Amino acid sequence: MRRVGFLVWKELVELTGDPRLFGIVVLAPILQLFLLGYAATTDIRDVPVVVADADRSTASRELVARFAASPNFRIAGVVTSPDEIDLYLGRGRAWMALTIPPGYGETLGRGEPQKLQVVADGSDANSTNVALGYATNLIAGYAQDLAARRIPPGAAPRGGIEPRVRIWFNPRLETRDFMLPGVLALLLLVITTNLSSMGIVREKELGTLEQLNVTPLRRWELVVGKLLPYAAIGMIDVCLVLAIAVFWFDVPLRGSVALLFALCAVYLMSTLGLGLFVSTISSTQQQAMMTTTFFFLTPMIYLSGFIFPIENMPTLIQWFTYLIPLRYFLVILRSIFLKGVGLEVLWPETLALTVWGLGVLTLAIARSTKRSD
Amino acid sequence: MRKMLAVARKEFRQIARDTRTLMILLFVPASFLLLYGYALNFDIRHVHLAVEDRDHSAESRSLISAFVNSGYFDLVATVGAGGAPPARTTVIDRLLSDAPTTIGLMDRNDVRVVLVIPPGLGRAVQTSRPTSVQVLLNGDNANTATTVMGYALTIVRSESARYLPAAAVPLISVEPRVWYNPELRSTLFLVPGLIAYIAMITAVVSTALSVVREKERGTMEQVRMAPLGAASFVVGKTIPYFLVSLASALVIIAAAMTLFGMPMRGSWALLFVALSLFLVGALGLGLLISSVADTQQVAFQMALLVSFLPTLMLSGFIFPISSMPRFLQVVTYAVPARYFLIALRGVVLKGAGLEAFGIELIALAVFAVVVLVLASARLCRQWV
Repeated sequence: MRRVGFLVWKELVELTGDPRLFGIVVLAPILQLFLLGYAATTDIRDVPVVVADADRSTASRELVARFAASPNFRIAGVVTSPDEIDLYLGRGRAWMALTIPPGYGETLGRGEPQKLQVVADGSDANSTNVALGYATNLIAGYAQDLAARRIPPGAAPRGGIEPRVRIWFNPRLETRDFMLPGVLALLLLVITTNLSSMGIVREKELGTLEQLNVTPLRRWELVVGKLLPYAAIGMIDVCLVLAIAVFWFDVPLRGSVALLFALCAVYLMSTLGLGLFVSTISSTQQQAMMTTTFFFLTPMIYLSGFIFPIENMPTLIQWFTYLIPLRYFLVILRSIFLKGVGLEVLWPETLALTVWGLGVLTLAIARSTKRSD
Repeated sequence: MRKMLAVARKEFRQIARDTRTLMILLFVPASFLLLYGYALNFDIRHVHLAVEDRDHSAESRSLISAFVNSGYFDLVATVGAGGAPPARTTVIDRLLSDAPTTIGLMDRNDVRVVLVIPPGLGRAVQTSRPTSVQVLLNGDNANTATTVMGYALTIVRSESARYLPAAAVPLISVEPRVWYNPELRSTLFLVPGLIAYIAMITAVVSTALSVVREKERGTMEQVRMAPLGAASFVVGKTIPYFLVSLASALVIIAAAMTLFGMPMRGSWALLFVALSLFLVGALGLGLLISSVADTQQVAFQMALLVSFLPTLMLSGFIFPISSMPRFLQVVTYAVPARYFLIALRGVVLKGAGLEAFGIELIALAVFAVVVLVLASARLCRQWV
């Protein structure tokens, strides 16, 4: 045990001896968190709209005013003929065009139905989809107001079914509350896996790993001693990220903090195990970096449900995602943060994460033993 | 010039010798595009729905089948068929007869939406009295939730319109039309983003370690001794990686067109110019990182911080720039992927020309020159 202590000490001295590395390990998470906290919003605001108003009546101006007043839209220009919208959409000066046909006001005044055309730039399909939804809702609301004006008050009872939407877990629909817990998971992966794999390969490149191999340290002692400092760094980052997320960004933390820390430790087992595994299959730091970036980091970012919902993926890929530890940890984090549930709900994910961590650690240790013989 | 070529030749040999790295650089990007282009989309279908029908009338059944037949919802559970009275009656779940089951379904992510139909809906509708249904929605993923809410509202409203008196039916209807991507396939907007992201990481990964590695191994001393200027060293280092990453980017673009039906509506020459400028900028950024960092570990962390994450988060690839806070929008002007994406989407999807993204091309060129000059300047200082 004392020997492990020495090794941990040696690693920590090395890590803190490189002030740039140490700074990055502390600064990087903070910076990334702030970036994501502010950037990660899929709400669409201020969509630039060009209006082709061929009618120029009171009614058409009223509709345009509705768009201008909505926080979702911004009027980028008003033109008279529909041909001119081409210029706006093609150059990206507007995302959406509202065309009001001539005679719009008169038709409505006569109480006849009227069609409005909304043209949207589909090159950013996600935003367009949301923006089209806003536009349809806005016009529907306006049309309903017009209809209400036509019926004299108290004339006939208005029937119909009104939908009442109740949103659980994230009532303000803040993308941030969903993304920031995910950032914690991603940061731990990025920092601990890379640092540990490159750290070990570096010693291999410099030849100092050989020296450690001939010391009376046992295999597991070497592994534990090498990995513990990185685990410590990971836990420091957890504290930093949690503090910022909860106190700066007001992300609700409804579940148990103790459980959160415990499961972070379980998760660290798999990220560090992965780092060790990568180090056993790479002979240069560049290889280690590419292997982690291409084969572990990128798939995990894209396929874990961090940004893109797993439920939208093809079934085949959905099965594949069960192999990704980040997937389980994301569910755990988001459930603890937003739903406030405990192990009684999260036990399957916890179990999967534990098995994954132990598995990859064992594999990595087995591989590194073989190499040294 | 000759010296520069000598550096390029040496670097080429080094790349060619490390077959694994070369293979990764050339082919992994294309297979990435395949995997992610296939896997990722924002098109939300098959939302898991639970229904609590406490009315059991023709109208309530018609509403439920409107949800199921819309193609967006899959009915996976029915809750409390007139069972025990609410265990925990609050304002929120006043309508629920079986709150624990519903909460359990939502907690375990078994369903995303619960539709609660109150008793007496059918009667109310027939007698033209206003009534309401409750839609409980799991809001954890705000993006998905917004879309799902839109689906649910539309379905309930159109169902409701059937029971309204003719005079109350709104007159204006909307006819949405989408240009450039009429089916709103999210693949068509994700693929250009993926191309930018993959090209960026390939380029940065290949150069970020190149100078630090020589520093760590001590071969930098030898380079420094050689009669060679910092600028020709930097350019010489860039050329081979430029060719490799250009090859890999072209493979990706070809794959995007053949496999994902990405159209090509504009000019190939412009696409080539935009791509080259972007790649040179990315490679220069990698070299700059490499000249600043002392160890490869630091170089890698910096690469993540200044290139991968901004390309993913701040380029407009996933999150719309116009929705970001003002100061962050200013930051995005320093992200080359921002300009590249505008140019790429412009050329490929809109068939636009220089008049639409000339400024973006200039910005890309400026970025490339600035990072290359900075990298040379840094190396110059270390030289002496």
